[in-house]
Amino acid sequence: MHLILFIIFAGLCLAGALNLLLQKHPINSALSLVVVMTSLAVLYLLLGAEFLAAAQIIVYAGAIMVLFTFVIMLLNAGREERTLGSRAAIAVGFPAVAVILAVIATVLVKAQGLGAASLSDGVTSTEDLSRVLFHELLLPFEVTSVLILIAILGAVALARKGHGEQEAGK
Amino acid sequence: MSIWWFVLWSLLKVLVVTVVLLMGVAYTVLLERKVVGRIQNRWGPSRVGPFGLLQPLVDGAKSFLKEDIIPTGVYKPLYLLAPILSLACALILISVVPFGNPDIALGGFHLFQISDVNIGLLVVLGVTSVGVYGIALAGWSSNNKYSLLGSLRSSAQLISYELALGLSLVGVVLRAGSLNLRVIVESQATHGLLSWNIFGGFQFIAFFVYLTAAYAETNRAPFDLPEAESELTAGYHTEYSSMKFAMFFMAEYANMINVGCVATLLFLGGWTSPFGDIFGLQQYPILAAILPLFWFVSKVFFFLFLYIWVRGTLPRFRYDQLMNFGWRWLLPVAILNIVGTSLWLALKQ
Repeated sequence: MHLILFIIFAGLCLAGALNLLLQKHPINSALSLVVVMTSLAVLYLLLGAEFLAAAQIIVYAGAIMVLFTFVIMLLNAGREERTLGSRAAIAVGFPAVAVILAVIATVLVKAQGLGAASLSDGVTSTEDLSRVLFHELLLPFEVTSVLILIAILGAVALARKGHGEQEAGK
Repeated sequence: MSIWWFVLWSLLKVLVVTVVLLMGVAYTVLLERKVVGRIQNRWGPSRVGPFGLLQPLVDGAKSFLKEDIIPTGVYKPLYLLAPILSLACALILISVVPFGNPDIALGGFHLFQISDVNIGLLVVLGVTSVGVYGIALAGWSSNNKYSLLGSLRSSAQLISYELALGLSLVGVVLRAGSLNLRVIVESQATHGLLSWNIFGGFQFIAFFVYLTAAYAETNRAPFDLPEAESELTAGYHTEYSSMKFAMFFMAEYANMINVGCVATLLFLGGWTSPFGDIFGLQQYPILAAILPLFWFVSKVFFFLFLYIWVRGTLPRFRYDQLMNFGWRWLLPVAILNIVGTSLWLALKQ
C-alpha cells in the first residue's frame, strides 16, 4: 500500500516539476510548484513525519505560493518569451548535467538497502520535534528567525527608500 | 478485519457524511434566508412546500438547469479548476472532525469520525490555507476587473487573518497538549460546562479572536469585502453562472459549517454534554451513542445561527479598517493570549 502511494505521489511530484519548467505562463508554473509541494508533503506523511507534512502544506503551499500567485496576478505577467539560450549556457550546462547524473548513478549503484528510508529516529512526533527545536537547537533556531526578521526589515527599508525619494521629488 | 472491509466501511462513512453535509449546506441557506427575513421584519421564502421547506431543493434544481455560460475572455483551465478547488477544500475538512463520541464502534469500526488523525488541527489549518487558491484563481482567470479586485482583496484578507486564526488556537493546544481533535475534546470532558475551554480554560479571548478571524476567513459579513456587491458587483464569482456559481455558494456555506464544527471542538467541548453526566444517561448504550451527536449538532447550529445573526446586524467594514483590525488588534491580542496561557500553565505545574 505504501509503495503504491509512494509511486503515485513521486510520479505526481516529478510531473509537477517538469510541468513547472515547460509551462509558458508563470501562473501555471506557480500552480505546478504547488502540486510539487503538496506531493512532497504526502511523501513526508508516508515516512511518518506528520508535523513536517502539515507544515509543508501550511507554510509552502498555503502561504508562500499564495503570495507568489498574488504577485503574478498583481503584475499581470504575460507569457514568457522562449529563447534558445546562450552558447555559453549550452557549453557549460550539458557537461554539468552529465556530471550530476553520473554522480547520482554511481551513488545509486553503490548504495545498499535502498527503500528502507525512514525518519523514525525519535523526532517524528510533534512533541519530539518541538523538544529538539526548543531545547537542543534553541540558539540556532532563534538566530535563524532573527536572520529572517533582518531580511524582512531590509526589504521594507529598501521599499521605503524609493518611496521617500518620490515624496521628496514632489 | 480485512483491508477491503475497512475500505468499504470508510467509503460508506464518507458517502453518508458528505450527503449529510451537503443537505446541511442546503438547509443552512434556507435558515439564513428565513432568519435574515425575520430580522428585517419579513417572512423569507414561504411558497415552496410547508414553511418554504422545499426551497433549497428547488434552488438546486434551478442551478442545474440554468444555462452554463463560459465567457470568451476567460483562461479556461483555471476558470474550470477554481470552483472545484473551492468546494473540494470545503468538503475535505469534515473528514477529520469527530462529530459524535468516536470511542463508540460497531464491530471494530469507529462510527462517528471518518479518520482519527494525530495532527487533526493542522490538517484543518492546512486545508483552509489551500482553499485560498479557489478564490484567487477564480478572480484572475475570469479576466474581469471586478473579479480580479475581489479576489485580490480576498487573498490579502485570508492571508492576514490566517495568522490571527492560527495563533488563537495555540492556547487550546497548549492546554490539551496535543493536536489531535479527539484528545482536545477529551481534555474538556471532565466537568461538563465548567471544563470547556471557553469557560473553565479561560480561553474566551482566544474564542473571540478565532470567531472574528473565522468570519473573515469564510468571507462572511461583516468581512464580506471580496463580494461587496455595492462596489464590486459580485466579486470573484461575477463571471460564473449555473452550477459553477452554485459550487462557490456551497463552498461558502460548507465552510461556515466547518468553522462551527472546529469552534465546537476546540472551545465548546465537542460532543460532550454541558451537564457532564449528572443524570447518569451514559449507562444506556443507545443514549450514549446518540446524545453526543445531538450535543454536537446543536452546538454547530448555535454557531450557524450566530453567523446569520451577525450578518443581519453588523454593517460591512471598510478595507483599511479590516486590515488595521486584523494586524493591529487581533494579532497582538492572540499573541498576548498565548503568553498568558503559557504563563498560567507554567505556574500551575
